[in-house]
Amino acid sequence: MLERVKDIASSFMLTELVKGLGLTGRHLFARKITVMYPEEKTPASPRMRGLHALRRYPNGEERCIACKLCEAVCPALAITIESDQRDDGTRRTTRYDIDLVKCIFCGFCEESCPVDSIVETRFIEYHGESRGDLLYTKPMLLAIGDRFEAQIAADRGEDAPFR
Amino acid sequence: MNDYLARFQGYFQGQANDWLGPVWGPQAFTVGRTLAMIVMVLVPVLLTVLYYQLVERWVIGWIQVRKGPNRVGWKGVLQPIADAIKLLMKEQVVPSGANKVLFMLAPILSVAPALAAWSIVPFFPGWVISNADAAILVMLAMTSLGIYGIIIAGWASNSKYAFIGSMRAAAQMVAYELAMGFAIVGALMAGQSMNLTQIVAAQQTPYGAIGWFWIPLFPLFLIHYIAGLAETNRHPFDVAEGESEIVAGFHVEYSGMAFAVFFLAEYANMILISTVSPLLFLGGWLSPFDVSFVRDAGPAVSWLAAPSVLWLLAKTAFLMFLFLWIRASFPRYRYDQIMRLGWKVFIPVTLVWIALTGVALMDPVAHWPVLRIWFGR
Amino acid sequence: MNLPLVLFWVYGAILIAGAIAVILVRNPVHAALFLVLSFFTAAALWILLYAEFLALTLVLVYVGAVMVLFLFVVMMLDINLERLREGFWKSLPLAGIVGVLMAIEMVALLARGAATGGGAPLAAPGAGYSNTRALGMVIYTDYVFPFEIAAVILLVAIVSAIALTLRSRKETKYQDPHSQLSVHASDRLKIVKMASEGLSSESSPQPSPKGEGANVGGGVAK
Repeated sequence: MLERVKDIASSFMLTELVKGLGLTGRHLFARKITVMYPEEKTPASPRMRGLHALRRYPNGEERCIACKLCEAVCPALAITIESDQRDDGTRRTTRYDIDLVKCIFCGFCEESCPVDSIVETRFIEYHGESRGDLLYTKPMLLAIGDRFEAQIAADRGEDAPFR
Repeated sequence: MNDYLARFQGYFQGQANDWLGPVWGPQAFTVGRTLAMIVMVLVPVLLTVLYYQLVERWVIGWIQVRKGPNRVGWKGVLQPIADAIKLLMKEQVVPSGANKVLFMLAPILSVAPALAAWSIVPFFPGWVISNADAAILVMLAMTSLGIYGIIIAGWASNSKYAFIGSMRAAAQMVAYELAMGFAIVGALMAGQSMNLTQIVAAQQTPYGAIGWFWIPLFPLFLIHYIAGLAETNRHPFDVAEGESEIVAGFHVEYSGMAFAVFFLAEYANMILISTVSPLLFLGGWLSPFDVSFVRDAGPAVSWLAAPSVLWLLAKTAFLMFLFLWIRASFPRYRYDQIMRLGWKVFIPVTLVWIALTGVALMDPVAHWPVLRIWFGR
Repeated sequence: MNLPLVLFWVYGAILIAGAIAVILVRNPVHAALFLVLSFFTAAALWILLYAEFLALTLVLVYVGAVMVLFLFVVMMLDINLERLREGFWKSLPLAGIVGVLMAIEMVALLARGAATGGGAPLAAPGAGYSNTRALGMVIYTDYVFPFEIAAVILLVAIVSAIALTLRSRKETKYQDPHSQLSVHASDRLKIVKMASEGLSSESSPQPSPKGEGANVGGGVAK
C-alpha cells in the first residue's frame, strides 16, 4: 500500500522524467566525439579492404600472371580476365576488369593471388558519377598500384607476421 | 520610445486623413497600422522558426555527443537558409488520386491558425496586435483550427499512412485541447481576466518569481506545457508522424514548399506554446528579481528588477529549449497510453485543481497566510 | 458605408454561399468542410456584433471539436453516392413541407425583430464593457436554473451514449496501461550474485590446461 502511494507520488512528481532529463542534460556538455571527416580521419587497419590495385615488381614488371584464380574465387563475379602470350613469351592479361558496382570487397581475390598482384588498398575516397565510371580496367588498376605502392608494401609488411 | 511611436503614428494618421478624407482615412489608417504590426510580429516569428530548426539539430546533436550541423557558413549558421533554398527548388509532387484543391489547401489551413494566434500575444504592456478581452479564447480557437490542416492533408493525400497519421493526430489534439483549455482556465481564474496583459499584471507581487502563478498552479503549468507538446505533435507524443510505423504520418505525400509549410506551422505552434506558457504561469515580462531589496539596491543592481521584454524572451527561450531537450530524452509514447494520459489523468487533475483554485480565490481563504501572496488582492 | 459594413456584406455572402454549397456538393467531405466555412464566417459576423465570447465559443466548440469528429466519421465511411440519392423524389414533398415551414418561422422571427426595432444599428459598447462578463452575469443569475438543467441533460446524454457503446468483449485481450506502468524492475528481474566458476574451479568436469581458453578468440601466430 505504501509502495503504491510512493509510486503515484513519484509519477506525479515526474521523478523518472527528471532523472532522464538530467542524464541527457549531462551529455549536452560532454566532449563531442564527432570526427570532422575530410579534415580528420579515423585510423585505418593495414588489413583495410578498400579500392583494388594491381602491383608491380620493383623492376617495373607487372606481377599478374593471368592465373585467373581471383576470377574463379570472386563470389560476386566482378572480375573479368582475358589472357594472351606476350611478345617475350610470358603469359599476361590483356584485359583485367573489376566492376566495383558488383564487388563486395570480401578480399578473396587478394587471398587467392599467388603473386600478391591484386590487392585491396586502404584508399577509399573514389566515386563514379555514372555506372560505367566504376568499371576499373587494367591500366586504371595498375595506375592505382603505382600511386600507392609504398603504402601497399608497408601494409603487407605489417600484416606479414600473421599470415 | 512610446512617445516616439505615438508621433510616428500621428504622422501617418494625418497623412491618411489628408489623402482619403475623414471617413475612409481613419479606417485605412487602422488597417495599415494593423498590417504593419502583423509584419512586426510575424517576421521575427518566422526567423525564429528558421533558426529554431538549426538549434534543434544542434541541441539534439550535442545531447547525442555529436557536433550537429557546422558546415554551412560559420559554425553552420547558414544551414537553415540552405535548407529553405533546397525546399523551394524541389518539385511539388501531387499524388495521383489526390484531391488537388484540398491537397494544396491543407498546408495553408495548418499554417494560417498557427500564425493568426500570434495576434493576441502581448510582448509587453501595449506591444500587442489585438489587446482583446477574450484573448485566451482566440488562442484556443486558433489552436483547435490547426487540426483541420492535418485532417485534410491526410484525407486529400489518398494514402493510408497519411490518413492513419491524421486520424491519430486529430484524436490526440482533441483530447489534449481539453486538458490545455482547463489548465488555461485555472490561470485565468487566478488572474481574474481573459486578457493576457491583465493576467501578467496580476502576477506582479512584491515577491518576484514566487508571486507568479507557477507555484500555486504548478500542476496546471506542467499540464499546459505537456498538453502543448501533444498539441503540436512533438516528442514524446509524435505518433502522428511515427516514422517507424507510418512513414511520416499526415505529410508523407508532401514535398518541397508544401512540406516546409507544415514544418513552419509545427514550429510556429511550438514557439506560441512557449510564449503563452510564460505569460500565464511565469510572469511574462516581469522580472524574477522584482523584490524590494533588489529594487532599492542602487542603479548597479536595480535594473534587474525592472520588467522587460527580455525576461519574456528568456523564459520563452528556456521553454523552447525544453521542447528539444524532451525530444532528445524520451522515447515515443504508445498510442493507448497517450489517450489514457489525456483523458484519465490530465483532465481529472486539471478539474480538481480548478476547483481548488476556486476555493482559494474565495474571500476568507484568499487572505490566509501563504495564499495571500497570489490571491489576496 | 464603413469598414464593418463592407466586412458584413463580404462575410454574409461567404456564409450564404457556403451554406448553399453544403447541400449542393456531392462529396460528403466537401460538404462538411463547407459547413466548417459557414460556422467560421458566422463567428466572424458575431464578432462584428461585439459578441466575441459567443463567436469564439462557436469556433472552439463547433469548428474545433464537433466538426472534427464529424469529419472523422465522414472520412472513415465508404459512402456510396448512388445509394444516397436513391428515393430523392419520394421524400421531396415531405422535405419541401419542412423546408417551407422553417422558412416561414424564420421570416416571422426576423419580422418580429424588425418590428421591435431590432434592425437598428448596434451601438459600440463602452471601453470597460466585457461581453464575457455580461454573459456570465446573465447566465449565473437570471438563467441559472435553465443553464444547470441544460448541463444535466447533456451529462445524461454523455453517460447514456457511453453506456450504449461501451462493452468489453471477452474474446479480445486488452493491455492495461495502468498495470503496465505500475511495474517495477524488481518485479520482473532478479539479479543473483554468484561466485564465478570456471578456470580456477577444482571441480570443473573437464579440467583444461590454464591459459588455453584465453587463446581461443585471438589469432594464433604460427
